[in-house]
Amino acid sequence: MLLYIIRRLAQSVLVMLTVALIAFTLFQFVGDPINNMVDQDTSLAERERIRKELGLDDPVIVQFWRFVENAAQGEFGVSYRLKKPVAELIAERFPATLELSIISAILALGIGIPMGVYTALNRERWTAKLFMTLSLVGVSLPTFLIGIFLILIFGVQLRWLPTFGRGEVVDLGWWTTGLLTASGLKSLIMPSITLAVFQMTLIVRLVRAEMLEVLRTDYIRFARARGLRDRAIHFGHALKNTLVPVITIIGLQVGAIIAFAIITESVFQWPGMGLLFVQAISEVDIPVMAAYLMLIALVFVVINLVVDILYVVIDPRLRTES
Amino acid sequence: MQVTGPTTTRAAGSDAPLLEIRDLRVEFPSRRGTVVAAQGVSLTLQPGEILGVVGESGAGKSTVAYATIGLLEPPGRMAAGEIRLGGERIDILPPEAMRRIRGKRIGMVFQDPLTSLDPLMTVEEQLVETMLTHLPISEREAKTRAVELLEQVGIPDAATRVKNYPHQFSGGMRQRVVIALAICCEPEVLLADEPTTALDVSIQAQILDLLKRLVRERGMGMLIITHDMGVIYEITDRVAVMYRSHLVEVGPSDKVLTRPDHPYTRSLIAAVPPPDRRIDRFPLVEYIESAGTATRKLDLASHWLGKARDFGAGDGPLLRLEHLTMRFLTRPSLIPSRRRWMTAVDDVSFDIRPGEVFGLVGESGSGKSTIARIITGLYRPEAGRVIFAGTDMTSLKSRREINRLRRQMQMIFQDPYSSLNPRMKVGDIVAEPIRFHRLAESEAEVRRIVADLLEHVGLGARAALRYPHEFSGGQRQRISIARALATRPRFLVCDEPTSALDVSIQAQILNLLKDLQEELGLTMLFISHDLPVIRQMCDRVGVMQRGKLVELAETETLFEAPQHDYTRHLLALMPRMRAA
Repeated sequence: MLLYIIRRLAQSVLVMLTVALIAFTLFQFVGDPINNMVDQDTSLAERERIRKELGLDDPVIVQFWRFVENAAQGEFGVSYRLKKPVAELIAERFPATLELSIISAILALGIGIPMGVYTALNRERWTAKLFMTLSLVGVSLPTFLIGIFLILIFGVQLRWLPTFGRGEVVDLGWWTTGLLTASGLKSLIMPSITLAVFQMTLIVRLVRAEMLEVLRTDYIRFARARGLRDRAIHFGHALKNTLVPVITIIGLQVGAIIAFAIITESVFQWPGMGLLFVQAISEVDIPVMAAYLMLIALVFVVINLVVDILYVVIDPRLRTES
Repeated sequence: MQVTGPTTTRAAGSDAPLLEIRDLRVEFPSRRGTVVAAQGVSLTLQPGEILGVVGESGAGKSTVAYATIGLLEPPGRMAAGEIRLGGERIDILPPEAMRRIRGKRIGMVFQDPLTSLDPLMTVEEQLVETMLTHLPISEREAKTRAVELLEQVGIPDAATRVKNYPHQFSGGMRQRVVIALAICCEPEVLLADEPTTALDVSIQAQILDLLKRLVRERGMGMLIITHDMGVIYEITDRVAVMYRSHLVEVGPSDKVLTRPDHPYTRSLIAAVPPPDRRIDRFPLVEYIESAGTATRKLDLASHWLGKARDFGAGDGPLLRLEHLTMRFLTRPSLIPSRRRWMTAVDDVSFDIRPGEVFGLVGESGSGKSTIARIITGLYRPEAGRVIFAGTDMTSLKSRREINRLRRQMQMIFQDPYSSLNPRMKVGDIVAEPIRFHRLAESEAEVRRIVADLLEHVGLGARAALRYPHEFSGGQRQRISIARALATRPRFLVCDEPTSALDVSIQAQILNLLKDLQEELGLTMLFISHDLPVIRQMCDRVGVMQRGKLVELAETETLFEAPQHDYTRHLLALMPRMRAA
């Protein structure tokens, strides 16, 4: 068990180093970073001096190592566009994205899994068929369209919900939250639904397919032959076995919610990291892009690690015992 | 602790039989019309009695059991008839009332112990869950009883083992756990659907003993479904023979086995390979129409299969294994001393002479299949050499050289369902080795050869256009044989080629292999756990136990005068059925 976790951790470090390499090469692609810092009439000698000062004349490998060292401490330099430390910018935006993502994930899982189970167990019922048809719509509609529809109906026509921004936020010093004010909560509703729809429908279909598979297995038949109650069979045996393969996908999907909040954030002008990233791309703000890349990679790696550990907790066959 | 036993419940019923199935008809409606899975089946079962239901796959045996316990897979339904338990009709009960009967009054044991248990729950959890569903006892009592039950079904060290997960038990032990689960609420009737088919001979004997003991001790009635006449002989009091969804004969076991009335029963019994003597051909189940497609004789001098058969004369053995050893890592660890290994093949050496059928017997896990896989190059041995036709296969480096030798040896696998690519047409499956080894000049010739091969294994050339799933198990095994022949091999490795098949199909396949072996002068390594089959097929036999070759002798010598204790043990376990 310990060995397993250590091995997974080592793999995670490797993945992070690879992503760091990609993020690092971003800087190399956009030409001389010195040009981004100085103006046109800086002398060549002056440029050389700055170059030396910043260590940009060191061998690439040394520079890369320095980048990794800094990244490990959350240090990504200064944004070209906003002239502020990147770490500070991210810290400002991160809570917004994380709150949105977590609410979306809760929505997607909290509705998706029960609905998947329901549609699997009542395959022939018309409600289940309706859910499946709706889920097809959810999978195929683009996120921005759903967002715009919601804004049109609930924001513009009915005027129930705010159409953009986070509303009032409470600053806790290290975290800003919209969960404590009425306007903050109201602002969360539409973006989180928009972000959750795709994942939710995907989870419905996945859980349904996997559950149908499990319901056909011998041990479910044997459980029926033992006269167990339906509830025990469906939730005690079938659902638990369904979750083993489903967890992987769900883990990746939760990562995707955080990473691809970009579109939703753009539609709702949500002041999160996604919006920061989109703006960074349009202005070639490399330090912000690199930092975002690293952060998202970290999110995925952490989620994957959690999924791997969950696997072992759920499935006794993966536990290697003495 | 007092649990309502079957005796008290039964007192309520009059002198009606414990279980009565009357005129059962089960239908499976489908798009292409209604399939009748069971028709006019009437059976009775008394307390303490073991009733066997025998027949081939698809005869409707399992359908009867599932109808009895109310678990027919939809859209299957009982179209007519009635089922009475202790005189009371149970087939018309509402689902909830039927659920209370399942597990409580009727228990059921399934075929495959490896898939019958929920892999995510401990044995204790599953036992306690079942008991708490049906019995008015506390969780503490249920836990105590769980340990008692495991002891009763013969699981050593029950108090510790009860906390284990299913994957920590061997196949035989798992079947014991399944039985413990089926009887944990003291059912009056036990339905056992092929309970020993997936198990080794020695484990099979133990499980049958256990079932017999439990039935006698508890006065249960047991309905045991099997395709194996040996099982019927070993354990049943009465036997019912099913053929194509009909019941053709019911009677006391020794009567039906020795003086069967129905011609189907007669030919079914005759098809069981006799363990005590050697016969020329396997008797076919003649009653089944179109059972054996006779293969026409080949003229090797002109036929494609006969071409390029000149492999160069060698005096020595065709295949020689020298000190073969193979280990598998069972517990990986960073620290070498903490690693655990399982020795699958332990210093095995033997020769196979040209034109000989060499048998390997042993229980599962004895290393038979591992040897087959080493010979065909699927595994690389840890030590030792495989010398084929004078060439050391283990030291060959060049791909071309390896392929040249590989062409000469082919393998037929045990499971006809997973050894054929389901996405490929049968014609392409058979053509693949011909194309790979470039054995034909043109695509037209490839197609001609494939058609000929399929014809020759008794499938007909039109089979080439269909997909594997359209064929039955026996037909798929014929496809495997055609594919193996497609490289014009001289050495065939058959790894349990018929253990997934019915008796009648087994006879056909084995006869086909025998014919081909004689016609083409093939050399064969024939792996099986079925001693009667080995006796009919092989010239010499090697006996394997825990990775070691413990005895090697001419077949008749081995069966008549076994030297090693283990061989004697295996022979003693062989179900001996008096031939009719």
